[in-house]
Amino acid sequence: MSAVYKDKTLLFEEAAAAFAALPADRSAMKAKERVAIPSQDMPHQDPDVRRHNTEEVALGYSREQAIVEAARCLQCKNAPCVKGCPVEIDIPGFVQAIADGDFLKAVGIIKTVSLLPAICGRVCPQESQCQANCTVGKSLKDVDKSVAVGRLERFVADYEREHGQIKAPAVKPETGKKVAVIGSGPAGLVVAADVRREGHHVTIFEAFHKLGGVMVYGIPEFRLPKAIVQREIDTLKEMGVEIKTNFVVGRTRKLKDLLEKDGYDAVFIGTGAGLPTFMGIEGENLVGVFSANEYLTRANLMKAYAKGKAFTPIYNSKKVAVLGGGNVAMDAARSALRLGAEEVHIVYRRTEVEMPARKEEAVNAKEEGVQFHMLQNAKRILGDEKGRVVGMECVRYELGEPDSSGRRRPVEIPNSEFVMDVDTVIVAIGNSSNPLIKQTTAELETTKWGNIVTDENQKTSLDRVYAGGDIVLGAATVILAMGEGRKAAAAINAQLA
Amino acid sequence: MNRIVDKKFLSENVFQLRVEAPLIASERKPGQFVILSLDNDFAERIPLTIADADPAEGTITLVVQKVGGTTTALSRLETGDKIVNLLGPLGRPTDIEKRGRVVAVGGGVGAAPLYPIVQALKQAGNHLTVILGARSRDLIVFEDKMRALADNLIVCTDDGSHGRKCLVTAPLKEICESEKPDLAVAIGPPIMMKFCCETTRPFGVHTVVSLNTIMVDGTGMCGGCRVTVGGQTKFVCVDGPEFDGHLVDFDNMMKRMGAYREQEQEFLHKCQLDQKIEESRPK
Repeated sequence: MSAVYKDKTLLFEEAAAAFAALPADRSAMKAKERVAIPSQDMPHQDPDVRRHNTEEVALGYSREQAIVEAARCLQCKNAPCVKGCPVEIDIPGFVQAIADGDFLKAVGIIKTVSLLPAICGRVCPQESQCQANCTVGKSLKDVDKSVAVGRLERFVADYEREHGQIKAPAVKPETGKKVAVIGSGPAGLVVAADVRREGHHVTIFEAFHKLGGVMVYGIPEFRLPKAIVQREIDTLKEMGVEIKTNFVVGRTRKLKDLLEKDGYDAVFIGTGAGLPTFMGIEGENLVGVFSANEYLTRANLMKAYAKGKAFTPIYNSKKVAVLGGGNVAMDAARSALRLGAEEVHIVYRRTEVEMPARKEEAVNAKEEGVQFHMLQNAKRILGDEKGRVVGMECVRYELGEPDSSGRRRPVEIPNSEFVMDVDTVIVAIGNSSNPLIKQTTAELETTKWGNIVTDENQKTSLDRVYAGGDIVLGAATVILAMGEGRKAAAAINAQLA
Repeated sequence: MNRIVDKKFLSENVFQLRVEAPLIASERKPGQFVILSLDNDFAERIPLTIADADPAEGTITLVVQKVGGTTTALSRLETGDKIVNLLGPLGRPTDIEKRGRVVAVGGGVGAAPLYPIVQALKQAGNHLTVILGARSRDLIVFEDKMRALADNLIVCTDDGSHGRKCLVTAPLKEICESEKPDLAVAIGPPIMMKFCCETTRPFGVHTVVSLNTIMVDGTGMCGGCRVTVGGQTKFVCVDGPEFDGHLVDFDNMMKRMGAYREQEQEFLHKCQLDQKIEESRPK
């Protein structure tokens, strides 16, 4: 990430020059020469412009940028990057195809194991997965200088889509067997595709009126355009996957009835981590305190950003505090700016090093004007006589000894209380498991936190019932959910074989 | 799916819809609600408690008061039109058991969601006194349906245009004094439920209320519906919608329900202007 903002035109020009400087026969390039190739920055919308719009912030590589970046890859024999990938994509393979200019071959290689590269290329935390292990990054002693696997993945997936080259995977002849997929987030979509490929009938049940789960209600448009998610869903429809929206399994129909009365041979539960956690502090139910889920759902799914058009209102905020340091906190903070807040503050009780958010999202947020306040936390939220937020009392922390997670434990500094002048507080400290399936399916074994217990093949305690994604893992990532979906689909296909 | 098979106005601002929804009709239990929205893009999602259902016909009945943009738009739909999105049944059903003597209070359109509860409590063998109240005569709904079920029906209006001229809390207090009911159920505007709870509290009569707070998803995901019950935060959509009324912090709830009032008024005003412009256009 460059310290000084460079616009797209400039980056593309630099890349064109770097591309022209590459030798004609790149196969003979030595490692030292490859490492010397300039790493390619992602072009972004100008921070002063983008903080007022909902369009995508990261604009994607040019063709030259992609080839130059791919040429940096050393094609390590032991492929440490692959070990960092939860679904073990053949990263050197697809990067080589890009270096050779064969972008469709590259996306084909990814798609043999990962179904949603346009999405994962955007939202995977590559810097802590594939790119963390990259030899190029290690030799330059800077993980930000690793081969930009994620940006390359996004480039080829976008290339395929923009050139109308997305082909629905082949579906084997109908087997007459039926599988129900509950929830249409990343885990559910992967199960639907993988099971349908084997010729089984698949029905996706979604409680919302739109498919995509967290990719639609949670992750904002400016980070993951909804048209991209929709394209993946259209592919499933082309494959013949049946879709039922406005259908909440457990309530509209019992899980047991799907198996016993409706003729489903197997069920996959991918209902996600849908129950927001609150701090449990005084004033948390005042008007102007929101879970990040609510704030983001109003903004994204319900399109509250379209003021005057959307029926769903969004709170009129001027000074916003967001509690938490994860990607969801960044999404909420940046959404608040776009919805017209004058000041947005991230409040986190540890330091930026411990923040779970992706570094690039934190950088994006700062560039847009979000203010970061580390080593402090909310103690209580203050309201006026109308019950509306008028401030937040905070307390300062310092880092003490490492805790069980290896992170240094934040310790409250006595008598360090102070008041922040805010009218809105967004709580983004995580989610626990959604209770709906459990409430209505008593026999299903869950942990004391309500997460569904599965074996190594994602099978639950109930016969023919599988689960995966955040409802099993707790709040995790899109790619981990997809990985679990993949395993579950394999187990379901084996059961039905 | 979701086709309106019958629509009628019960008064100027209150209307009743019978909607094709076979799965909801067969699964729903007293106390449960639906979430609906009127298009896939810019519509809002609103919760409405189910007033009745006919599993054989595959329909549910909703009774709605025009209060905001969505309920106004809903009131303009006609028989044959479809409700684009209809999700349910949501929420935990009412605990139905034989308690003995039950007093049920319905305020305004609150009588409609009260109806299936009264029906089930009656079937379970309870003695039912039903109190219906509203500002004036035209806002009393489901009077005939309740009369057919209740052992004793009391109607009251604020202005005395129908039944007794009093608030629902007056007969409620009398009943608490005379027969000490085993259970009270109150559904209506938050302020009415609050004062019903204050009325029954000194008598120690367990009082169930059904809350209709602001919701987005209705499945536990957003937490917008949260209320303080006995000092703890509860989600109306998955923990409720019914709670022990003596533990509910109604003042906080009413403030939360007013979070968007100004924006809604503004939006509703704009909708009404749009409608007037539409109507004034030459056909």
